[in-house]
Amino acid sequence: MVVEALKDHGVDVVFGYPGGAVLPIYDEIFLQNDIRHVTVRHEQGAVHMAEGYARSTGKPGVVLVTSGPGATNAVTGLTDALMDSIPVVVLTGQVPTFMIGTDGFQEADTVGITRPCTKHNWLVKETDKLAGTLHEAFHVATSGRPGPVLVDIPKDVQFADGLYTAPDEAIPSHYQPTVKGDPAAIEALAALMEKAQRPVFYTGGGVINSGPEASRLLRELAEKTGFPVTSTLMGLGAYPASGRNWIGMLGMHGLYEANLAMHGCDLMINVGARFDDRITGRIADFSPKSKKAHIDIDPSSINKVIHVDIPIVGDVANVLADLLAAWEARGSKLNQAGLAKWWSQIEQWKLKKCLQYNNSDKVIKPQYALERLEALTRDRDRYITTEVGQHQMWAAQYLTFEDPNRWMTSGGLGTMGYGLPASIGVQVAHPEALVINVAGEASWLMNMQEMGTAIQFRAPVKQFILNNERLGMVRQWQQLLHGERYSQSWSESLPDFAKLAEAFGCKGIRCADPKHLDEAIMEMLDYDGPVIFDCLVEKHENCYPMIPSGKPHNEMLLGDTGAEDAIGAKGAVLV
Amino acid sequence: MSALKIKKGASSHSAYDLRDPNLEIIETHTLAVVVDNEAGVLARVIGLFAGRGYNIESLTVAEIDHKGHLSRITVVTRGTRAVIEQIKAQLGRLVPVHQVNDLTVEGPSVERELSLFKVAGTGEKRVEALRLADIFRANVVDSTLESFVFEITGTPEKIDAFADLMRPLGLTDVARTGVAALSRGG
Repeated sequence: MVVEALKDHGVDVVFGYPGGAVLPIYDEIFLQNDIRHVTVRHEQGAVHMAEGYARSTGKPGVVLVTSGPGATNAVTGLTDALMDSIPVVVLTGQVPTFMIGTDGFQEADTVGITRPCTKHNWLVKETDKLAGTLHEAFHVATSGRPGPVLVDIPKDVQFADGLYTAPDEAIPSHYQPTVKGDPAAIEALAALMEKAQRPVFYTGGGVINSGPEASRLLRELAEKTGFPVTSTLMGLGAYPASGRNWIGMLGMHGLYEANLAMHGCDLMINVGARFDDRITGRIADFSPKSKKAHIDIDPSSINKVIHVDIPIVGDVANVLADLLAAWEARGSKLNQAGLAKWWSQIEQWKLKKCLQYNNSDKVIKPQYALERLEALTRDRDRYITTEVGQHQMWAAQYLTFEDPNRWMTSGGLGTMGYGLPASIGVQVAHPEALVINVAGEASWLMNMQEMGTAIQFRAPVKQFILNNERLGMVRQWQQLLHGERYSQSWSESLPDFAKLAEAFGCKGIRCADPKHLDEAIMEMLDYDGPVIFDCLVEKHENCYPMIPSGKPHNEMLLGDTGAEDAIGAKGAVLV
Repeated sequence: MSALKIKKGASSHSAYDLRDPNLEIIETHTLAVVVDNEAGVLARVIGLFAGRGYNIESLTVAEIDHKGHLSRITVVTRGTRAVIEQIKAQLGRLVPVHQVNDLTVEGPSVERELSLFKVAGTGEKRVEALRLADIFRANVVDSTLESFVFEITGTPEKIDAFADLMRPLGLTDVARTGVAALSRGG
């Protein structure tokens, strides 16, 4: 019945790991050929793969794991998906209903443990309710603000015969989030757009989650209005990096021009972003002179952190279509003089060239490695995943994204170990595409067991490891605000990654010389199979620009000079 | 930061509320939350309060629609206005939640709480307890030669007042249901 429901929801692949309490479902999987099963090495990896699959396709990712440790291992992935609003359906086995509460073998209170880290979860105690619950699970995961859901299925329920109802015969769910924005609010925003002298679109992951139509409408709106567009880490690709209105990513490690535009704007249009603390910096000084509009499908995002003047609850694509129509119906008016002045200001900020760094011909600078990776892969059908840390920020700064669903990174939770399994999930969804995980060596080691999965399931993922033998971001913070006391932020016994590749049965490449970097990257790209690329980079490079914790947008650090003591004691507690 | 009295969105200085959160007035609100009566729904609601650091002053839960499997949770909570708004939004996005009403701001409402008071004593004190119970329209639901159990219904304030009076008269045990509330009128 479970497999039938999955098929009815168009599931073509399941990421999972078998165990005692899910054997009946694995039996069903064995007896069919429509749904592919990717066997992982650790359940956390399964959820990240499902996330990679979901983010690169827009379809929900599906995970199947056993009870107890299978479920608890999935918790990090669930929390990651919740923070980044990724639709994932996790099915867990459970001990038989009559054993629940007896501390049975591999029993855990799965719905209890996962209640705060799922959008919703269910324990199915009656077989007749199984089909309806599975349909509801897919509905909840994918509608409104997407998120992870979990269905816990006791083993006796899996064995029992029950009545299957197809999705279209199931009782419609009462969970129906608002998708259509309030026309009065949209009209008010259109009126503000006409007069705005210094507007900015501040876009986020909600544009991507809303689907390709939202990205298309954002592009149309930006093109017609000429307003500058910046994006959060989660929203990269919704507006193309080559677009003429693009002013780069904003936030703690965002571009100078993007952050100053946010600080100095008089109209901020937040499209599917959530005023995360990595974006706002010091709340009291966040964009002090602007009117703020906020388009979000989740009412609880509105006024949570930043008070906004025009809240619009609704789906991004829906609201943008209405906004465009409303603005055009009013005569497509713009404050052209103001906009021209605003753009010349932004062009001045761009002259700072905030991503400049001191290159070297002796050692590979991580920024240089990414610039070369960008240059050599820009024209390919390319998907990028990352781990978490300095390399993640550099990847966001130096790689460009022309389309949505091409950039998969752990934003809200900041999960080290995300990128490798996520890259496998992406590759499974797009077997012919080039999938690169830009990694740091420390993050990569957290889920490196999944290389086995990549090789077994012939996912030719490229692991591009910027190896500085350090926890680079931790080291940077220790340098800047803990008196250069590098407590536990380096590794002394890293594996030889090239040999590790060999041990796993894939290709390993090591490069430490900037002169050979291009050649080495080409070797990675040309190899038909998974590659672990050990790129030995400068060990003490810092990631700039940087807005120190507790500082406003207009107090960015652009380089090492002046970075010392830049973060006060108050900022130090803010992470 | 000083306590600027800037209305939301109406300021030329700032588009957001600049009032110092420490100076914010703490308000008490009664929320009525209609939920699916399914396993774990109460844990979901109180887990939300605990996880996000909100207060629960009192909480009552009971099924109100047997056929529709709906329960009504009445929760009295305290917080700044922004926090109360956030609590309502967070409750509203829970999947089994059908409706959230803030009875404190959505027009007049009635609030009632039922309590049982055990008062032990003899002689004058016993007579006085009975006399006060009569004034408060409390019923005697159990009686021995040395004790009474009173049943009293009213607003939390009335019940607090009754408790204050009973304490010197031999109050030994209290059971309170927490607030049930409904909006007035049609």
